[in-house]
Amino acid sequence: MRHLLSTMDVSRDLAISLLDTAEDMADVSTREVKKLPTLRGKTVVNLFFEDSTRTRVSFEVAAKRLSADVINFAAKGSSVSKGESLKDTAQTLAAMGADAVVIRHSASGAPRVLADSGWIDAGIVNAGDGTHEHPTQALLDAFTVRRNLHGSASRGKALDGVRVTIVGDILHSRVARSNVWLLDTLGATVNLVAPATLLPVSTVGWPVTVSYDLDEAVDAAPDVVMMLRIQSERMNAAFFPNAREYARQWGLDDERLARLPAASIVMHPGPMNRGLEISSRAADSAQSTVLEQVANGVSIRMAVLYHLLAGADS
Amino acid sequence: MTARTVLQQADIARALTRISHEILESNRGSSDLVLLGIPTRGVVLARRIGAILDSIEPGSGTVGALDVTMYRDDLAQQPTRAPSPTDIPPGGIDGKTIVLVDDVLYSGRTIRAALDALSDLGRPRAVRLAALVDRGHRELPIRADFVGKNLPSSADERINVRLMEIDGVEEVSIQ
Repeated sequence: MRHLLSTMDVSRDLAISLLDTAEDMADVSTREVKKLPTLRGKTVVNLFFEDSTRTRVSFEVAAKRLSADVINFAAKGSSVSKGESLKDTAQTLAAMGADAVVIRHSASGAPRVLADSGWIDAGIVNAGDGTHEHPTQALLDAFTVRRNLHGSASRGKALDGVRVTIVGDILHSRVARSNVWLLDTLGATVNLVAPATLLPVSTVGWPVTVSYDLDEAVDAAPDVVMMLRIQSERMNAAFFPNAREYARQWGLDDERLARLPAASIVMHPGPMNRGLEISSRAADSAQSTVLEQVANGVSIRMAVLYHLLAGADS
Repeated sequence: MTARTVLQQADIARALTRISHEILESNRGSSDLVLLGIPTRGVVLARRIGAILDSIEPGSGTVGALDVTMYRDDLAQQPTRAPSPTDIPPGGIDGKTIVLVDDVLYSGRTIRAALDALSDLGRPRAVRLAALVDRGHRELPIRADFVGKNLPSSADERINVRLMEIDGVEEVSIQ
């Protein structure tokens, strides 16, 4: 694997191999010495042009557990705020000898530009670009689903036949896009539920079914309900009348939670808007995997960095 | 190139039985003994030795697996290797006598990686090494305590260990 830019590029074999490697990485996180010498001498740059806590910290922990050196680079307080271009920033990092660049950017496609431009030779990991993709989130979601389904017998398995319902702001969600492609690759079926205003103009070519009624979707007893965050920072138009109406129609409230089968799991990529897309009780219920997802994020990112940096350049 | 069989099924079985007795003898019994196989074929061999130990002294065959992929010094020279699971028995390895089990002992680099991996997992009382085949050409000061067969070989020959559980046949051949 040279870069990880989109889950569209991830084959089924590679996806399963990444999930299996993450299983081994998860074992490391339970040991007393939570460190492997594998990436000693490699430098990983976290290049974050957008705010993030969990993704940045997760990548940082992952890189450190593999003994890589980590440089955190936030756009705020850097030369970027003086007007430095992505090209100059990339070339500066290249000159400092970065082996991998983990990039989050508000512009869709920024990681692709970095990977294809030749400005920098490092492996590029997309940590969220605009409303395009967030591949490591999709991988950790798949990992979480697989662990909940198969437990310790997860290795080597895909997600064939698993029914996933993704609810909320599909339009702005890079998490949803990455998940749609990866879940399809792994054999799961995906149902999107959202107000019509928060769906892309066209979902032609997406391997999904679309519906507008959350109650119907809940009564169809899906294996996984994935709630998306209402991204107020991207809400530049009136997509729904008000928060209360959204919560009533498309929020996972206590009553809908009670109607879900006990074996179904409730996922959320965080940060949650409690009381808006998910009620506090749903977020804290035994079916919720929110904290599990965070913990699994470290294992998945270790697996991605391992596949990116450990082998010979091919 | 033609392959020549050097150990057949019965030879392998005899070698493992002898190794098992030697392990018990050198450990003065089976107390605090943990066998850790190195994936892939070392794990199978460790299980078999564990079963033999169990038949000699019931309850003595504690077996696990130790993956050394993350500790190898040649990762950057090869395409990415997928790691295998590490499985440490519930009692841990602190204060135990560990017997590492591998199929072929060659450069010694795998064992070096295994020793590093062990030190991240705990502090064993002693670490021993059992190998089905020792083919020489050591690149590090490492030797095996228990050897199934010494097989002097030239560096351009290949030693293939095939075991029933993984390969469907049982033999050691040289090619």
